[in-house]
Amino acid sequence: MGVAVDGRLLARALADPASVAELNGPGWQALLTMARAELLSATLAHRLDGIAKPAAAQRFLDDAKASCAQGRLVALWEVEMARRALGDLGVPVVLLKGSAFIAAGLAAGRGRFVGDLDILVPRADLDRVEAALLGAGWEWVKPDPYDDAYYRRWMHELPPLIHRERDRMIDVHHTILPLTARPTPDADALIADSIALPNGLRMLNSDDMICHAAAHLFADGDLSGGMRNLWDIHCLVDDFGVAGLAERARRHGLAPAVRRALRLCHALYDTQLPDGWARSGSDDELYLRRLTARDGWGRQTRPVTRLGFYARSHWLRMPPLMLARHLWTKWRKEAG
Amino acid sequence: MATLYRAASPDSLIVVPVDLLTAIYHRASGQTHLMASPAPEILEALTEAPLDAAALLVKLRADYDLVDADPAALAARLDELVETGLVERR
Amino acid sequence: MRHVFSVAIGPVGFRVGSDWRGPIAALEQLYASYPKPQDGIADFTVRLFADRPWRRLFRPKVMIGGDFVLPEAAPLSLEHGLLAAEMAMNLQMALGQRRYLLLHASAVERDGKALVMTGLSGAGKSTLAALLMTRGWRLMGDEFALLDPATGLIHAFPRLISLKNEAIAVMESAAPGMFGPLLADTPKGAIRHLVPDTRSVAAMLEPARPALILFPTFGHDAATREVAPSEVFVRLTQASTNYVALAERGFTALTQLVVETPARAIDYPDTESAIAQVEALWASL
Repeated sequence: MGVAVDGRLLARALADPASVAELNGPGWQALLTMARAELLSATLAHRLDGIAKPAAAQRFLDDAKASCAQGRLVALWEVEMARRALGDLGVPVVLLKGSAFIAAGLAAGRGRFVGDLDILVPRADLDRVEAALLGAGWEWVKPDPYDDAYYRRWMHELPPLIHRERDRMIDVHHTILPLTARPTPDADALIADSIALPNGLRMLNSDDMICHAAAHLFADGDLSGGMRNLWDIHCLVDDFGVAGLAERARRHGLAPAVRRALRLCHALYDTQLPDGWARSGSDDELYLRRLTARDGWGRQTRPVTRLGFYARSHWLRMPPLMLARHLWTKWRKEAG
Repeated sequence: MATLYRAASPDSLIVVPVDLLTAIYHRASGQTHLMASPAPEILEALTEAPLDAAALLVKLRADYDLVDADPAALAARLDELVETGLVERR
Repeated sequence: MRHVFSVAIGPVGFRVGSDWRGPIAALEQLYASYPKPQDGIADFTVRLFADRPWRRLFRPKVMIGGDFVLPEAAPLSLEHGLLAAEMAMNLQMALGQRRYLLLHASAVERDGKALVMTGLSGAGKSTLAALLMTRGWRLMGDEFALLDPATGLIHAFPRLISLKNEAIAVMESAAPGMFGPLLADTPKGAIRHLVPDTRSVAAMLEPARPALILFPTFGHDAATREVAPSEVFVRLTQASTNYVALAERGFTALTQLVVETPARAIDYPDTESAIAQVEALWASL
């Protein structure tokens, strides 16, 4: 095919929309397919609004925008139905991630495909929130007592709930990282310093949104979807700046994660960083290799790098002894 | 104080009669509903202002000639409409 | 990807990448008369791949990948590679099509008006469409009819006609045509593809106004009944894979279609009877 193509092609188009003028047919095909695979096709569509492009590329991007618009509508409806179920409890309900971005009309929400609804509530109010949701038509996804007990004791969220009519999931968190993971963010501060939305629900303040995105980028999963997470962070930094971020990140024990996230944003998307924020660091190249491991056919590439990150991510979520015990119990159940 | 019921605003709904049934698209949710009487009439009756179940019954009898409207059946229809999100309890 | 093929079918462009030459060779031969995607950019990408490197050669299993995939889909054997490619392209349409409302229906055209035939698998919509094609109708498609929300017109998607089991012999004797290989023992029985005729391929970008919706059922004495718009609405939404995804546009397009277009259900004992019923209904419109 010629020059090896990876996620940097997509990063460049997002960071510098005018650069697509250099693309030929195969280049456009690779860019569009890769954007779709990284769930960034609608984001790309918005970034390339008004830029001259082949008609077929415009159609592809218009379709992506249409897809995203419908997804956004459905996601906002879930937010509304959660509000109807929880609004009268007197409990602060904080929207997280994509749902928050679109509910608040942030740049990070533009072209964002939003999945399940994630909310954060005080740990002390979990029972009442759970009861209200069950009363309003949500039900448990997995009625398994071991998983349930594990979840409730160690995870940062209730076991997953799904609405019986609408078939959409809601994840109710009481902190933003598993209790078994190493950094332990200050959940009370996240909620206390959250911001009210017009509909009565809340969202994290901008520093906390960046901390949350960074925490999940590195602590949760093997960096797949990383290009999109970093684009979220890029938009948040662009919108709100980073004054107060360093101190807030230290408070949550997330300073290394946030610093690395910002360096990677700068490397991929040219995010403007003020003095005092490093632009490069050790291992960044390895992370960038993993993040951009996508080819023009939409395939994930660089299997050895990916495997390294996958193994790492499980180790981060649980101390080794707990992981062994958890896996052993699961194996026993499956085998016996 | 009795529970009030409020319908989705008219500009959030596209209503198309299709022979004996009414097709309704709810813009806010992206959902499509196919309804038989008295559900479309209930929705229309609740549009101007929120009503409680008793007031709604009176209005349905007066405006729509629903002579055999029965409170238990009405309560069941209202529950269904609340579950779909077309009606909200206040 | 080692072997690549691209094609435009109606308003949609596809590219197919494959670890094996075989499926690509079959596609090239059968779609030889079709144009390529506009600007060389495909709307959808499909991949036929071996999940392990040695699977490319040893007891090859064709995994289906692409822009839109179903998790845990079963692979096919290499001799069914053409079927895998067709299924994969259908899947891209089913999961990813956003410009047109997809009706799970066959469609044929005469005098600028479209006959749309829909119903469960096995009801005969592909076979009827293929037979009507041999009787002077233009084939618009055998699997999907595309409804344009902006205009209310039906657009053609004339991919290879998929004939199953008994229908294969029926079409082989009905008229000369370019057929693909006979694929025996597929999960759905025997399948053979028929290339739409020259006229249907040449006219594939011409839309048509929907004039009649038909619900054919095979295996009963001939009978016709009217189908009420509300029933048509329900059956078409159930049969459309992207109705929900199209949101408001889908609703307005479909309500307009069912309110404005007559619909009939026909029972037929054999294809000649079906064709006669179709011609009679068409003449009465």
